[in-house]
Amino acid sequence: MKFDLDWGIFFQEIPGGGERYIDLLISGLWWTLGVSAVAWVVAMIVGSVIGTVRTTQSPWLVRAGNAWVELFRNIPLLVQMFLWYFVIPEFIPPLKQWIVKADPAQAQFLLAVLCLGLFTSARVAEQVRAGIQSLPRGQRLAGMAVGLTTTQVYRFVLLPMAFRIVIPPLTSETMNLIKNSSIALTIGLAELTFRSREMGEYTFHFFEAFTAATLVYVVIAMTANRVMAVVERRVAVPGMIVGGKK
Amino acid sequence: MTLDFDVISRSLPYLWKGFVYTVELTAIASVGGLFFGTILALARLSPSKVLSNVAAGYVNLMRSIPLVLVLFWFFFLMPQVLQLVTGGDRPPQIGAERTAIITFIMFEAAYFCEIMRAGIQSIARGQVHSAYALGLTYGQAMRLIILPQAFRNMVPILLTQTIILFQDTSLVYVISATDFTGAASKIAQRDGRLIEMYLFVAVVYFVLCYTLSYAVKLLQKKIAVIR
Repeated sequence: MKFDLDWGIFFQEIPGGGERYIDLLISGLWWTLGVSAVAWVVAMIVGSVIGTVRTTQSPWLVRAGNAWVELFRNIPLLVQMFLWYFVIPEFIPPLKQWIVKADPAQAQFLLAVLCLGLFTSARVAEQVRAGIQSLPRGQRLAGMAVGLTTTQVYRFVLLPMAFRIVIPPLTSETMNLIKNSSIALTIGLAELTFRSREMGEYTFHFFEAFTAATLVYVVIAMTANRVMAVVERRVAVPGMIVGGKK
Repeated sequence: MTLDFDVISRSLPYLWKGFVYTVELTAIASVGGLFFGTILALARLSPSKVLSNVAAGYVNLMRSIPLVLVLFWFFFLMPQVLQLVTGGDRPPQIGAERTAIITFIMFEAAYFCEIMRAGIQSIARGQVHSAYALGLTYGQAMRLIILPQAFRNMVPILLTQTIILFQDTSLVYVISATDFTGAASKIAQRDGRLIEMYLFVAVVYFVLCYTLSYAVKLLQKKIAVIR
């Protein structure tokens, strides 16, 4: 087999399908974006809560938050994916029963979202904690001094500032999340990378298939970069140096 | 559901072989990645526009696509590229294990490059100027003045990246190479013992990575450059 490139291959019909190869890739792209979007929401909500908790004065809450972050950071994502798909349902009978009955794609979607969402939540928590701790101590003390409760100090003083500071590092976490979603192919989720390999296997035009997938990922990365650059400029806190990761 | 953790002790020699491969892959990829990453970083910072654009393009490309896709690229296409280069009749068989080594070196080079670049740029410009003023060449200034200091700043981040690499090597599963996770997964499927095997793998990774990252934290405190 030589490099006999055929870029028209995307518009050929899949044998017995009636769909074209490009439709295959597009459906994969939707799964990539869908899983990433839902997992992103999970990661942001859980990550913000855990990250905030780690800056409180309660030693037990801090310990629990730290344990959460260490747990998800020190196990490879692939192994976590296997744990979610093969192991955890065995310990939760109702979930197991639902998986047996449900459409396989739905089960893969749900478990991939949980896996990616919680994995990313640990990383978001780390950024949120760093963001809150980067604020001058006087802000918390001043909030207390004017008579705010702890919740109010977080709600009105610390968090609005911290979130504006952590947006740049969160951009790169979002990019990592989209890239990591490709690991869901190991549990059978038909996302973009899965579909491009499938197309390569059907047609033996691996080069064209992988080029298409690569271009899509690059376009996603560039778009996210541009959008976030605008957002960063909008939310930048005057007088603070923003930009640069970590 | 009955658990049978005996499956682990029964398959320990096979798992150990997989684990050795994981460690080898991590070691070779981090040394190779560091070497090419340094070259890439120097290229990115070089005054030559062409050189720095090529290096930046490579780094940005590698950083914007998933590792799984990079593994597929190399796994499916390297035999064909090698055939084109060597001009043989059939694509040479290099195997998943060796493909993985090459892939990880190329992939990690991009990440190490960014760490190196930040490290080199963290050295005050005055030091470069002083080196030139003393009559050192570019190579001497880099080797004797800039890189030793930059390395010291970067060591904790490089080690953290190596721990991430250690975890990422598990992805060679997608090209069916037998690393630690791959070995466990093969036993798990053969014996129908997914729960025990994957729990064991997770515990081993957790203990190792947690200990290593704790050690890096201690080291970081110790070697921080005082300014």
